[in-house]
Amino acid sequence: MTPPRTYFLLLVALLVFCFGLAAQLEPQFQLMRLNDDRQKWVVDLHGESKPVRFSRADGDIFNVVLGDSRRMFANSFYVKADEYYHSGYYPGMFDDNAAFQTAHMAEDTGAVNTKNHGDEHGFLGPTRNWIDAFGRHFFPDRHTHLDEGGPQDDLGGSQNVREILPWLKLSADLDPDNVQTYIVTAFWLRQRMNNVKEADAVLHEGLRNCPGSYDLFFELGRLYYESYHDRERARNVWEAGVQQWLKTYPKLNPEEQKDSRFVMEQLTTHLAKLEEDAGNLPKAINWLQAAQKVSETPDTIQVQVNRLKYKLGQEFTPLLKPLY
Amino acid sequence: MKNILAVAGVVIKELYRRKDFYVLFIVTILICVVMASINIYDDAHIVRYLKEISLLLIWLSSLVIAVTTPARQIPVERENRTLLPLLAKPLTRVQLIFGKFLGCWLVCGLALLCFYVFFGALSASREHHWPLLNYFQAAMLHWFMLGIIVAFTLLGSLVFAAPSSNSTICFVIIGGILFVGRHLDQVAMTLQAPVRTAVYCLYFAIPHLELFDVRDLVIHNWPTIPWAYFCLALLYAAFYMVVFLIAACLVFRRKAIN
Repeated sequence: MTPPRTYFLLLVALLVFCFGLAAQLEPQFQLMRLNDDRQKWVVDLHGESKPVRFSRADGDIFNVVLGDSRRMFANSFYVKADEYYHSGYYPGMFDDNAAFQTAHMAEDTGAVNTKNHGDEHGFLGPTRNWIDAFGRHFFPDRHTHLDEGGPQDDLGGSQNVREILPWLKLSADLDPDNVQTYIVTAFWLRQRMNNVKEADAVLHEGLRNCPGSYDLFFELGRLYYESYHDRERARNVWEAGVQQWLKTYPKLNPEEQKDSRFVMEQLTTHLAKLEEDAGNLPKAINWLQAAQKVSETPDTIQVQVNRLKYKLGQEFTPLLKPLY
Repeated sequence: MKNILAVAGVVIKELYRRKDFYVLFIVTILICVVMASINIYDDAHIVRYLKEISLLLIWLSSLVIAVTTPARQIPVERENRTLLPLLAKPLTRVQLIFGKFLGCWLVCGLALLCFYVFFGALSASREHHWPLLNYFQAAMLHWFMLGIIVAFTLLGSLVFAAPSSNSTICFVIIGGILFVGRHLDQVAMTLQAPVRTAVYCLYFAIPHLELFDVRDLVIHNWPTIPWAYFCLALLYAAFYMVVFLIAACLVFRRKAIN
């Protein structure tokens, strides 16, 4: 008879193997996602083409215990937060997830370019058989967002979006280099929880971990402008974001350039709005023209440019006073 | 029936003599209390992560109880040589199987009662409301699912040599059903002809334990399951319990006691 310890040891060995394999593969996937320049930098750093090895000696408990696998877990927790945003209605690995390529909780912040397409309401498709049809009564089967009230459709309960925060916090702790986590956390803290102070702290923590991130500058500027109503600081931060974007853009690959153009458009249109509110119409027009260069819908922006030019013309046209 | 209840009573007494349940219960409480003490952006109303962790621990603990308790019932009786004197009394083999099953199932029920009362108290402490009907449905579905597992493990204990191998095989099968059972038909569609038919048949043959996993509905405060479907799910579970118990009786009838 095989001793029970053999089964136990076999299970442990299998678990260790799976965990090790996942931890080995995840950095390679990360490397595939990196742009060419950074890949080159990493390869130069190691002297040969090896997967990225992030430092484990930062003193962080997650780094020490989990090593590189923490990124894998961080991504899982980020997805978990989006699942909570949908109150559990979320596609699994066997479902059609075309409409969930970009997390909806990130998409709804307005700071992230969406890659979603397809039907987000019906990823389950038509029922396949009686077991499938019967089973759909036992799990969430309706597309809802927490900020719109969730399953109860109660807009008064939109503060329930707080439920995504623990997973986002965990994700940020595990992978401090993921900019999106800070943006999403700060946005919902500010918009729905009215916790501007914490949102501010999250964005500054993000900037400490990812210095020079124009995405974070954009969100921080929004916080200053919309929550603190501090025009000067918002302008400074957004302009710093634009400078950073101009430096970074040429080094990105085409896919990343597409995403970054969306952020640049947001930065410039927000700067234009800020300048318009401040009465600096020529500057506002300049920012809108900068936005046109990166926008996928330049015609819409041209309408705004025309409006501002008309407004400017009105200001400088001397008033024709009646003779009598 | 009296004999069955007597055997079941002995199994229940065994529950509170053994330390398994206490250890699992205390570990669950400790982990939940530690998780509840974490400060997340100064917001004391965040509760769903806590409900998720708590329910996950309850599920794991209940699975451990539902597999390990029936797995050792008959092998231990045989090992201690108490099976023969037990059957020498006016107790048939069928009654013994049904008694053991009922005892193990009630043990799971008692454990679940404690776990769900704790879970309700934990979530009420943050949410300030108590959706009793949702909890009732979740607990009942959970209990009936454990009934299938108990019957299946009891059958396994008659087929496999040792409780450890039986437990391991049961855990693997239960885990497999819970994780991929729902999608086996989709997997079948990607396979070639003979294997496809086999996997498709398997999909319809296995007890779909994942149907009884309504944790997401409880965690995210979805409305209650329509009662007609709830009752049908209980009937579905009862059907599989009977099937496994009949199979266990048939196997045990031909089994040498020594």
